[in-house]
Amino acid sequence: MLDAVGVGSLEELLKVPDAVALKAPLDIVPALPEYQIARRFEHFAKKNTGVDYISFLGAGSYRHYAPPAIGTLAMRGEFLTAYTPYQAEVSQGYLQAIYEWQSYICLLTGMDIANASVYDGATALAEGAIMALNANGRKKMLVSRAIDPNYRAVLKTYCDGLEVEIDELPVNADGTTDLDSLKDAVASKTYAAVAIASPNFFGNIDTLDASSAAAVKESGTVPIAVVSEAIALGVLATPASWGAEIVVGEAQSFGVAMAYGGPYVGFIASTSEHMRRIPGRLVGKTVDKENRTAYVLTLQAREQHIRRERATSNICTNQAHCALIATIYLALMGKTGLHDVGALNLQRSRELATAVSSLDGADLKFTAPFFNEIVVDVHQPASEVLAKLQERNILGGVDLGRWYPELSTCILMNATELTTSGEIEALTTALGEIVRVHANV
Amino acid sequence: MSTQTFDRTQSPLIFDLGKDGRANRYVEEARPTTDFLPKSLLRDELPLPDNSELEVIRHFTKLSQRTFGIDLGFYPLGSCTMKYNPRINDAMATKREFAQLHPYTPDALAQGALQVMYELERSLASLFGMAAFSLNPSAGAHAELAALLIAKKYFKDRGETKRDKVIVPDTAHGTNPASAAMCGFKVISLPSDERGRVSVEEIKKVLGDDTAVCMMTNPNTLGLFEDHSHEIAQAVHDAGGLMYYDGANANAIMGNVRPGDMGFDLMHLNTHKTFTIPHGGGGAGHGPVGVAAHLVDYLPTPVVRATPAPAQATGEKVAPSDRYTFSLDFDRPKSIGPMRSFWSNFAHAVRALAYIYANGADGLKKVSQLAVLNANYVRVKVAEFLETPYPEICRHEFVASAQELKKETGVKALDIAKALLDHGMMAPTMYFPLIVPECLMIEPTETESKETLDQFIAVLREIVEEAKRNPQAVMAAPVTTVVGRVDETRAARQPNLKWEATAG
Repeated sequence: MLDAVGVGSLEELLKVPDAVALKAPLDIVPALPEYQIARRFEHFAKKNTGVDYISFLGAGSYRHYAPPAIGTLAMRGEFLTAYTPYQAEVSQGYLQAIYEWQSYICLLTGMDIANASVYDGATALAEGAIMALNANGRKKMLVSRAIDPNYRAVLKTYCDGLEVEIDELPVNADGTTDLDSLKDAVASKTYAAVAIASPNFFGNIDTLDASSAAAVKESGTVPIAVVSEAIALGVLATPASWGAEIVVGEAQSFGVAMAYGGPYVGFIASTSEHMRRIPGRLVGKTVDKENRTAYVLTLQAREQHIRRERATSNICTNQAHCALIATIYLALMGKTGLHDVGALNLQRSRELATAVSSLDGADLKFTAPFFNEIVVDVHQPASEVLAKLQERNILGGVDLGRWYPELSTCILMNATELTTSGEIEALTTALGEIVRVHANV
Repeated sequence: MSTQTFDRTQSPLIFDLGKDGRANRYVEEARPTTDFLPKSLLRDELPLPDNSELEVIRHFTKLSQRTFGIDLGFYPLGSCTMKYNPRINDAMATKREFAQLHPYTPDALAQGALQVMYELERSLASLFGMAAFSLNPSAGAHAELAALLIAKKYFKDRGETKRDKVIVPDTAHGTNPASAAMCGFKVISLPSDERGRVSVEEIKKVLGDDTAVCMMTNPNTLGLFEDHSHEIAQAVHDAGGLMYYDGANANAIMGNVRPGDMGFDLMHLNTHKTFTIPHGGGGAGHGPVGVAAHLVDYLPTPVVRATPAPAQATGEKVAPSDRYTFSLDFDRPKSIGPMRSFWSNFAHAVRALAYIYANGADGLKKVSQLAVLNANYVRVKVAEFLETPYPEICRHEFVASAQELKKETGVKALDIAKALLDHGMMAPTMYFPLIVPECLMIEPTETESKETLDQFIAVLREIVEEAKRNPQAVMAAPVTTVVGRVDETRAARQPNLKWEATAG
């Protein structure tokens, strides 16, 4: 092959100017035969001892049951090793799967359109904000402080680039967004959008009421709903029903592994009014030249590879494979399964709430109706309580003091359909001992 | 019940399948939701189909059979590095201790995950000559955005807010200008010279005290090595700007030349390209962002911090990284902040590191050498029957043009691409870069055998000859696929983006 190319050696083929040539050997891990790679990763795996702890961690990443059929299907090489389906004729299967994903997201959120996915829930919020900024040309964002702090941090990263200001809405004593502040703020008619999460970061159902929805609409502000626990969509009233125009969220709960944080799958859905502002890929149904049903990437004039610096977003690669996993999950669960999972999450989290709040020295912080997460006030530094639970092989939840100084004695706890009564009992026994000791001091 | 002829071109939607009563019992029945929440907070109905597991398996298996991946055939998609995805990567990434690890697991109980991230980060830093990487961004474009946000913050901290211009060559990926625009930068598009490269003279004309960043892909999207990039870097640095390396084409340079040594201050990688992470039909990707020493403080959070661990038991042979304990470092005041909810597309970090382990330094060097050899081999053969506008040694990819063929026969690059599909091969990237008319951008990758390359060359030659004999036949392609060319205009003019119950 070198002869055909007309060079004498591989070194000659890759000749670079002396000024930039490699000066020193690379510091790279040594090559290993495959069976030793497996051993090396087994070594790493064994050091992740946290997977065997009883866990009440949630806060944006959730443990749910994923039927093995998902893996069987999603790991098929045709799906796994395909590129973005630019060549529609040989990508009909994947394009149809994405079309089905878009349809599922619309059915779940009550929105008119949904895109093929974005990186995750937090970037979905940032991209949804950009849609609103482009819709009305305003340069400020209003977000509830009860939105996942990671989402707000990512929004800030993006907004720093766009030179967009963010104002935050306070949280009421019941653990929901202060809608009076919201009404006052939007009346200024300076905010491109107002974002509110339901369930919010504390697990509470947190929607606009009729008067605040009317005030938002009247002010020309785009209402954005954030959904970081997608299982809730199976049982709660749709964001469309309380007035959201853009719904952004995270669909990790639909069969995607927690995997220490990724890859997950963000979604963006909206009313049809925002169709040409939605970022990323969209799959449309059309026909081929013989009038047979066919699917294709469409409305590409929004996208970076066509529009470059005038694109609606720079997004190119999205999370197609995770969206496929979520689509398969939804197909397997169906309305019955998804409803039952949602209902079980309601049930188990109430069992958890009842058990924990019965302890002396531990109380529920908020009173608002919740989905599958609760905030437990342990009346002493949450970080210390969590450390003591950890000694008993229990991951009791997330220390809210990490983001909310006023909640430094509070733990965010999650229960799903996989949480057993035995686990709840183990937690309450351990937590009871920890908080009682303190309460008696 | 009517009997219909089986039509392989059609595939019903999941919503048109299923029936009530066919639900799978994955979880137990719960108590009514009204036991837990007032009816006003609950949804009225959930209009999803209930399908048996068997139906779902058949549905998606059929969809997979209507999808072309690397596992089915040659995939010469330029700029996308569609090489074989070793299955050991997936086996490692889906291990229970990785897949079921919650991101808020305390550091002490997630040491293995952190060690994976640390080893990958250190390997990439060495391989590309950067001081440090953050594994936070989710894909290439996301990492580009992170890099430009770093540049913006860096200049802001230095009081150089006047620097608002980003220079992008006309061969650049579309994500480059789009990312720049998302940071409020103004884009200056720089024409390539007759050699298909950025010229030092041309760039000097646009440099000034308003220059923020120059974004370059090297090798560029024509597959050509930018042999003056270090001089360009010097000029940009002299003007006070930063150099950004688009790592989409990193498969051409491993163990050969490092962006850091070429004078780049910022870079991204598409580890899903270079490090054999499956593309999965368009993601998830993985986009580490790397920086030179003066920009380390600005990296997105978190980064993995390593601290020397207590001495190991004697006599045991351990890898260098086993001598550390690891933690996630969020306390970085100068950081641009996080780019996404959680730390990284971690499962992909596992895959990338497994690939690095499979190759080592010498193996990675060989990867790039063979990628370049394969590209050049295909280039010289294709030049026998198609125009190659830049007839010189290329790197991992090259561009051919169907402009002459189109003049002669009416057959366009698009037609050639579609004809390849009839031969069980993926089409090359078409009509990119924008400066080459009727462009076909071909990247064979190192994992393809000479036999596969020869077969591709023969098929392409046959298509070109067919175009001269019978152009209509080529323009009619593809004919063997489940559908023919689709009506994209109708898709865009009458958008149908979801299933509707009434449309049944």
